This record gives sequence, structure tokens and C-alpha cells, in this order.
Amino acid sequence: MIRRRPALSVQGVTKRFGGLVAVNDVSFDVEKHEMVGVIGPNGSGKTTMMNLISGLHRPSAGRIGMKGRRLSDLPPQRIAREGVGRTFQLVRLLPGLSIVENVMAGAVFGHRRRWGRDAEDFARDMLDRVGMDARSDASVTSLTYIDQKRVELARVLAGEPEILLLDEWLAGLNPTELETGIDLVRALRDEGRTVVLVEHVMDAIRALCDRCVVMSAGRKIAEGEPGEVLSDREVIRAYLGDDGA
Amino acid sequence: MKPPGHPELILAAAAAVAAAFLPMVVNNYWLGIGVDAMMYVALATSWALFSGPTRHISLATGAFFGVGGFLVGTGMSDHQAPFWAMAALSAFVGAILAALIGIATLRLSGVYFVIFTLGLAEMIRNLVSWVQNNFLGSRGLYVLTDFRDQHLYWMLLAVASSVYLLGWIVNRSRLGFALRVIGDDETVARHVGIDTAAAKVILFTTTGFFASLVGAIIAPRWSYIEPNQVFSPQLSFFVVIMALLGGAGRLWAPIVGVIPFLLIWNWVDASFPKQSILFLGLAFLLIVYVLPNGFVGRIEQLRDRMRGAGG
Repeated sequence: MIRRRPALSVQGVTKRFGGLVAVNDVSFDVEKHEMVGVIGPNGSGKTTMMNLISGLHRPSAGRIGMKGRRLSDLPPQRIAREGVGRTFQLVRLLPGLSIVENVMAGAVFGHRRRWGRDAEDFARDMLDRVGMDARSDASVTSLTYIDQKRVELARVLAGEPEILLLDEWLAGLNPTELETGIDLVRALRDEGRTVVLVEHVMDAIRALCDRCVVMSAGRKIAEGEPGEVLSDREVIRAYLGDDGA
Repeated sequence: MKPPGHPELILAAAAAVAAAFLPMVVNNYWLGIGVDAMMYVALATSWALFSGPTRHISLATGAFFGVGGFLVGTGMSDHQAPFWAMAALSAFVGAILAALIGIATLRLSGVYFVIFTLGLAEMIRNLVSWVQNNFLGSRGLYVLTDFRDQHLYWMLLAVASSVYLLGWIVNRSRLGFALRVIGDDETVARHVGIDTAAAKVILFTTTGFFASLVGAIIAPRWSYIEPNQVFSPQLSFFVVIMALLGGAGRLWAPIVGVIPFLLIWNWVDASFPKQSILFLGLAFLLIVYVLPNGFVGRIEQLRDRMRGAGG
């Protein structure tokens, strides 16, 4: 019998920073074409979890694998080339580069490597894809927040990742922008991409995710469909305290 | 550093050809300044190859340069080795030394990198002096060749042109693009798939290669070489000042810094020999406060502003 391999598998992963256990023995799988939300109160270890997957931090224990290959010993550049692309909680653009060059950075060194005209055309396609004017020669520092987020997303997409990590991609957007943002992420989902997203916006979680992993104080406390998980007593207690439950 | 185009390469080639005629039209005094200028053009351009895009200020130039001069001195003085063989060996040793320093400083950035390279250069200077005094017997080394100033000038011009050409090729390549990304945000660089360590070590190695080669070529000019003289830390600071004065954002920009700085320096050194170090300090202050992106950066900024006003 052939067992189906998950696109991404996190097995018993722990991360300690000195005495602080930021992530404590967390396991979950992400199937191909699935959108999985990682949620939890502030400081519950969600972003650390993302950093562990992308290779910014190395797990103290446990294993992260992708299609049977071990990712958790590799440096970030190797993980990126294996096909994991990420955005950052606080947008990170390259201020010395033009908008198109920012996106080209993803295309040139990413999972599928392009160069020259090919990379530039692809970068413009990706800018179009996220709803940016690809001909713009504006400086990246003059962009609005959502446009900065768009450029960063385009940079990640330009690497054609097999797994996309979105770290609070919707945070900091105003209500109108939020709607645009949710539509954009939904479009990614409709393309059949495999996505792990950390999010605080519960409406977005309900609207977008196939499944959720709930973290609290570094541990996984629940996992399942968003509607089900969000009404779980322990999850409500984690968010609102004992009185809320 | 924006990728340079073909017109820039043609202009640079024309400038190099024009520069080759200098020894025919000037007297010995100006030829001497020309040799100095060409030496610093080669050093500052190769320095900017690494430090321009990565923004890691290296003060190790003096160490590589010294290795070049010292190896030529030892080889020719103690072992009767031919100049060319020692020059080639120097460049090779400089490259290896730079690669080792590059690997050791991978995790350093900002002021830590600056201090580390300065300290390391001093350590190498003292180590070489110590070995020379205790094991090799003689304090000084003689480098006697038939080269005159114009020959050194042409050799340095060839090195400077090679550095420029290499930089031109690198800046249009994946490696050059990778360095620009690294200079902006190293974390992003790694997350888009750039092997930041390899890119930095490769470029730093090139810097070491050329600085040692320049040190080797200039050695015959001194005839008599002492470790303390060729490993001068002042040289490292000069290279940084000149490159920053021109602007490290363009491949040809350091050249714009070398010439005015050398002319003023020669005048200051001749007129106020005791205050010359003061001038060095003032030049640093001036660059940091008035020209953070150098002459070229300033000119481009003004041009953009005028365009903005016009459009």
C-alpha cells in the first residue's frame, strides 16, 4: 500500500530560546492544495513556527519535512530553493531596488531560476497577478502599505514556490484593503496552491482556510475545520481567558 | 549598484586608452602622481566591488597590499625569484587570505566587520614583522628591477582596467544582482534563495586578489621594503575615503574620488606636513555629513531633483 505523503509535515517540533520554550512539541501536516491557518493569541509561537519552516530558526527538536525530504537541517536559501516561499510579518522590501527588481529577486534565485528578460517578464506577470501596475517606476518606499504587501507577495510568487507561507499577510490593512486582501488570498487558494497562513483576522480564517491549527503558549491545542475549532471550549479559553469560556 | 550598460563600457575603454598616453605627455613629478592615482583607482575600484553593494566597510586593504609588497620583497631579495613569479604568487596568496577572512567574518556586519578587518590587518602586519625579525634575519628587503615609473603606471592601468571589466561583468550577472539584494536585506536575500555566504566570500576574495597584486606591482618603486611600511593602515583608510568620496554606488565612481583627494592630499602634505592627519579626519567628517553617497550620488540626486522640478 502506498501512503500519501503530505506536502509539508511538521513532526514534534520544539524551539527553545534559552529558557523560553517558544514552540513545544507541535505536529501537523499540510496536504497538497490545502490552505491551513495557524492561529492563536499573541505570543503563542505562530511566527516562530513560520520561522522554523522557512529556516530562519533551526528547531531544537523534531523534524520538518517536505514530500519526504528533511527541511529542518537546511539553511533558508536551500529551503527556498526546495520550494518554500514566505512573506514577513512586517513587510520586507528591498529599498535600493525598483519594484520590478524586487520581484525579480524572487524569480532569479527561487525554486525555478530565471534570468534576464525572462525573469523581468515573469516579474511583471506576477505584479499584474497581485494587482500592481507593472510599469510603475515608483520607489518601493513611496508605496502604500497594501501595495508594499502586494510587491512582497509578488516576489514570493515569482519563485514559484510549492508551499507558500503567509505571516499575517492581512494585518495592518484598513477595512477596504482587507477585502481586497482576502480576495487576493482566496484567488491563491482557487489556483490550488498549498498555503500555510498565520492570521489574527478571524473572518479571513473562516472564509479562507480548509483547516486550522490553534496554538497557545507554544503548544498545539486544537486542529480541525475553522468553524468547529473556533467554537472549541479550550480555544475560546485560550483567547478570552477562563471567564470567557 | 545598478547594472552598467554597454555605453559605459565603451566610455571606460576610451578613458583607459587615453590614460595610457599620460607618461608621454607629463613630466616626472606628474607621472609620480599618476602612478599613485592609478594605484588607488585599482584599489578603490576593487574595494567597491565588495563593499559597495554589501555595505561592509573593509579596512583590510592594507593587509592584502602589504602581503603583495612583502612577498615580492622576500622572493626577490632572499630567493632571487623573478618579479613576475612573485607578483603572481602574491595575488594568489592575497586571494586565499581574503577567502579565509571572508569565511571568518561571515556573521559580522556593520561596525563589527570594520573593527575586525582593521584588527586583523594590524595583526598580520605585526606577525610578518615578528617573523621577519626573528627568523628571516634581515630587517629590510631589496627589490631591484629595471622598471621605471611609466612601466609601473601601465601595469597598474592594466590591473585597474581588469578590475573594472570584471566588475562590469559581475554587476550584470546573477552574482551582482545577488549582492544588491544582500546589501539591502540579508534575511530577504537568504529567503529568496541566495547563498549569501558564497556570494560574499567570492567577492571579498577578488578584492584580496587585486589588492595584493597592486602591492606587488608597486614594490619595485620603493626598492627597499620594510614590513611596517608596506602594511600601512593609512592605506586602508585612504582607499575607503577615496571610494566613499566618489560614491560606492557606481563602478566608476571611486575614480572620481581618487583624483581630487590625491591632489589635495599632496598639497596638504607638502604645505602642512604636521597637520595632514587632521585633514584626513576632516575629509571623513565632510563625507559623512555632506556627501554620504559621494560626488556621484550627490550629482545624481541633484539631477533627479531637477528632473522632478521640470516634470
